[in-house]
Amino acid sequence: MQMCVDPNGLSGLNWWLCYLTTNTHISFYLSFGTVLALIFLCAPVVMILGFAGALARRSTLFPLRIFGQIYTSMVRGVPDIVFFMFVPIAMDQAIEAMRHKIKCPEVTEPIFRGNDFVVCTAAKMPLSATDQWVHEIYGFCLALVAFAIVFGAFAANNLHGALNAVPKNQLETARAYGMSEKQVFWRIHLPQMWRYALPGLSNLWMILIKATPLLFLLGVEDAVYWAGSLGAAKTSFYSFPHGDWRIWYFAALLIFYLGLTSVSERFFAWLTLKVTKEHDRAVSNISKQVTA
Amino acid sequence: MSCADTLTDYALRSIGIGARLLPKADITICEQVVLIGSGVIWNIYYGLLAIVTGFFFATVLAVARASERPVVSKPAEWFIFIFRGSPLFIQFFFAYELFVLLPKLDIEIPLGFTTIVAETRWLTKAWLGALIVLFLNTSAYSAEIFHGALKAVPKGDIEAADAYGMGGFTKFRRIIWPTLLRLAWPSYTNEAIFLFHATTLVFLSSFPAWKQKGDALYYASYLAEKTFNPFVAYPIVAGYFILLTLIIILIFSLFNRRLNRHLDLENRSKIKYRPQIMLAR
Repeated sequence: MQMCVDPNGLSGLNWWLCYLTTNTHISFYLSFGTVLALIFLCAPVVMILGFAGALARRSTLFPLRIFGQIYTSMVRGVPDIVFFMFVPIAMDQAIEAMRHKIKCPEVTEPIFRGNDFVVCTAAKMPLSATDQWVHEIYGFCLALVAFAIVFGAFAANNLHGALNAVPKNQLETARAYGMSEKQVFWRIHLPQMWRYALPGLSNLWMILIKATPLLFLLGVEDAVYWAGSLGAAKTSFYSFPHGDWRIWYFAALLIFYLGLTSVSERFFAWLTLKVTKEHDRAVSNISKQVTA
Repeated sequence: MSCADTLTDYALRSIGIGARLLPKADITICEQVVLIGSGVIWNIYYGLLAIVTGFFFATVLAVARASERPVVSKPAEWFIFIFRGSPLFIQFFFAYELFVLLPKLDIEIPLGFTTIVAETRWLTKAWLGALIVLFLNTSAYSAEIFHGALKAVPKGDIEAADAYGMGGFTKFRRIIWPTLLRLAWPSYTNEAIFLFHATTLVFLSSFPAWKQKGDALYYASYLAEKTFNPFVAYPIVAGYFILLTLIIILIFSLFNRRLNRHLDLENRSKIKYRPQIMLAR
């Protein structure tokens, strides 16, 4: 804006208008988009991993079943934050080590040297010469994988429970009708499961939302990062000097998250009502037909 | 340096006893296990105190939430909504900034035999400030569980108590509360587990680790950074937490047995994992 060129002469409303539209503030507002992007990109992957985990746990193959069991119970024994810290570094190192093996076969020294992790320049991921935004996207993707793995485990837990909660006699009836195991699963078991999975999935959505500020720990410039850096006291050296305003910025973040969870809660309450009603109507229709 | 030396140097490092400097070069597995283990002391400190104090406040909140008078139920409802609806991580940041802004005061608390001088400055330190946040947070989560259980207490039980002429607090203490706890216990076990997990956030958020006295995850991230090898430090933390989780389950199942001691063995609800309720922050 034209008037914002010289912030020293501003006062009152104009000062606020200019202050709240600085480039760093725009980055702050956009970082809320990062949060939403993480949630919406994560959710489908979480569901896929969740199904994979739940099905692995029910598998008749012993090694697969053990794997499913470990995957579904790991989030209960180990804090999710440990995974958020571990997975991105571990993945980054694994990728670089692999690229090192492929791109620089002539280097024979080990990658782990004492207290160091050394790969050749060509194996760096992303290459040190690439633009800053590539580094940022790469970091975000690593974080996304960590989130997907952890919440996939939560989802697997929930879906496993829901699959078990479907009354056994419904499945037996389906079998008595001559359906194959595959048909029983796709036509009866899966559709009937949603009703039992929904409360857990809504809870999962909530914890996914509430876990997004942890992006900050992974070095992503998210809303927490910007709130901290924008709110910190600015001396008169800056264009818009102010005292320590971090409390207001974090208050704004609190309100943003409260709004997000509140809207989600209402949506899931509506969805639950709908699904339960439909489910109950279907069940009562069937029992009417049976008694008639 | 042998592993025994490491033990004397670092076993209590997190509370300031032992070597002043953290290991810097040629870090051994033994050093990692001992140092991270010393950090677990803080996780237990936060988790235990928050759960024990939060239990009572959560009971009060749950009863208030169930009150028919909106003057009582609304504040409880809002408290629960605010602490359950926002990320614990942000709560830590907000609380820290709030505590920093408080005026520096010394408050004398007479205890009869002696007087403690409490300083508001303590609130900016993790041992008190973060503990208060965790206490409020677990109170809100537990209150929601207790409130759900309170509503599920069988009407017949309450009517029977009325018929016996029990009223007010006696009815609550003898009839409602024990049943409430029985119903809530499996979920409450989960809450305790995830609260202990949440204690790892303290030193990663706004509260500074003074003189590098931190919790298990604080040391693990320090060691992973120093050794450039996450494959040792983080699995060690994971191991400690699996152990801690198993201990919590054991202790809570003992309480559960006590709560249900009047039932015969078959009817006792065993503490079983309830997949529907996950209380991660």
